Amino acid sequence: MSETKESPLKKVCMICAKGTIEDVYATLVMANGAVMEGIETKVFFTFFGLDAITKKQMGKIKTATVGNPAMRAPGGLPFPTILGMIPGVEAGVSAMMKSSMYKLDIPPVDEFLEMITAGGGEIYACKLAMDMFKLEKEDLHEEVKDVLTIGDFYGKCGGDNTQIIFT
Amino acid sequence: MATKTYAGQTVEVNDEGYMVDPSQWNKEIAAEMAKEEGIELTDKHVEVLEFLRAANEKGETLTIRRVGKSGITDIKGLYQLFPGGPLKFSSKFAGIPKPASCV
Repeated sequence: MSETKESPLKKVCMICAKGTIEDVYATLVMANGAVMEGIETKVFFTFFGLDAITKKQMGKIKTATVGNPAMRAPGGLPFPTILGMIPGVEAGVSAMMKSSMYKLDIPPVDEFLEMITAGGGEIYACKLAMDMFKLEKEDLHEEVKDVLTIGDFYGKCGGDNTQIIFT
Repeated sequence: MATKTYAGQTVEVNDEGYMVDPSQWNKEIAAEMAKEEGIELTDKHVEVLEFLRAANEKGETLTIRRVGKSGITDIKGLYQLFPGGPLKFSSKFAGIPKPASCV
């Protein structure tokens, strides 16, 4: 029988293109987790994912209460889509999600970015999406290292045992 | 259960090398464990280890964020003390179970 040899992951490159709580936090948790394991980590935020690194928006990310079939009320009760359309519901649900995360010691987005860079992780913004949304480097959080084209980002994703993850 | 000898003392460890019984721990054991990972323990390291041991005893969830807010060191400092494993190495040298934590 042949023996499989474990060859540990050395680098992860993540691309976050969406701006909801679950997409942004999935990226941040995976990125921070990689840094904590001593894995080289680079994160590229593009399209609506830019909200997570834009100073004005990063504190206001929300989860979608419409078009989200996994959405349930506390206790697992059904949450009809029509409820999600009522003004204030999305904000309320998002606040609840954030508060349950904070209880687990999961930090707000800006502090999470700082945790990732404190361990040597790198945060990048997409040039094309920045142009599209008319954003400047000054609009971004200080922990963002650079604004790159996707080609430049791929240039940083080489090497053995590297994975690119798209969230 | 496997055993390992550190500083002349035999301790029980799990298959990842984490000590099973935190009460068997002392600083000499910690120093030898750290040496295995190429880390020379300083007083600052020991302060972190003792913080983790106290938090573990109280049954608190251990995260790098909590250590970063402990006043001993910030998160950047924690990475410098325990390169490549701020929580997995520090908890190992502290003689406590590996924290089941993603942050």
